[in-house]
Amino acid sequence: MYHPLAFAIAVSHIAAAIALLNGILTTMGQGKVAASAVEAIARQPEAKGSITTTMFIGCGFAETGGVYGLLIAFLLIFVNPLINNNIQYLLG
Amino acid sequence: MDFSIVVHHGIQITDGIMFLITETTVNTWIIMGLLFLFGIVVRVKSRKWDFTKKPTGLQNFIEMCVESWEKFFIANSSTRVLYLAPWFFVLFMFLLVSNMIGVTGLRPPTADWGMTFPLAFSTFCLIIFAGMRHRPKKYLKGIFLEPLFVFAPLNIIGELARPISLSFRLFGNILGGMILLSLLYGIAPIFVQFVLPAPLHMYFDLAAGALQAVIFVVLSLTFVGIASED
Repeated sequence: MYHPLAFAIAVSHIAAAIALLNGILTTMGQGKVAASAVEAIARQPEAKGSITTTMFIGCGFAETGGVYGLLIAFLLIFVNPLINNNIQYLLG
Repeated sequence: MDFSIVVHHGIQITDGIMFLITETTVNTWIIMGLLFLFGIVVRVKSRKWDFTKKPTGLQNFIEMCVESWEKFFIANSSTRVLYLAPWFFVLFMFLLVSNMIGVTGLRPPTADWGMTFPLAFSTFCLIIFAGMRHRPKKYLKGIFLEPLFVFAPLNIIGELARPISLSFRLFGNILGGMILLSLLYGIAPIFVQFVLPAPLHMYFDLAAGALQAVIFVVLSLTFVGIASED
């Protein structure tokens, strides 16, 4: 039989990996922002400055969801408030 | 590897309440010292300036900063709350310096939720202040009776989510960059630690730090402007 601490640590690491999967959609969103900015610059090259500024701010907004996932992964790996509960539950 | 915040000193106030002097506090004091020094130097020098003649040197730079900040403020917020421009300039300078201080090897103060949440909470207070001062009836109606009184709890939760989302965005970005760089310094062999971290520092400390400072301030300005304008 496995040790409860090893099981809890393994489960929290797998959970951290799942939390980081939202990077896929975040990156797709950022790519969409950049693509729209390129289209806008191609249509109106004289507005390049303001479009670039807006694009960077939009990229920052799009990053938010990914950052939340990253924070949850950090919490699960480094802090993990649930690990004591898990061990107590597994020990019965 | 330990990424927790170092506690330098703890002062016991009463039972169970400790006033902690942490790494974040000390680094904040360093940044405050730098900004205060710059401000005092500019103030002392500005006594000799003649504002009727052509500006030169430092005066030119300071006037450019103030003027472009006012333009930026009006573009992102409204002219009604222009008296808040100095506060947001201080916020922006503080965030800029504290996000970029990771270049020197110190821990950025914004990689601590206890630092970013009060800053976001001050924005939350300013939103309520701007709404209550400039259009109290419409502001309260917008929260409690818009579109129906049934949706008031949802609106209140939406208002309360603003400081949390603002603070977590800044905190997560800076903490992520810091942990990545300290992992590199901790795991990589010694010959990798000389030139390779430079581009990473450039991205995670300088570019992402400046971008997050700008985003924090632009979002705060937009919220305050929306709350104050009809």
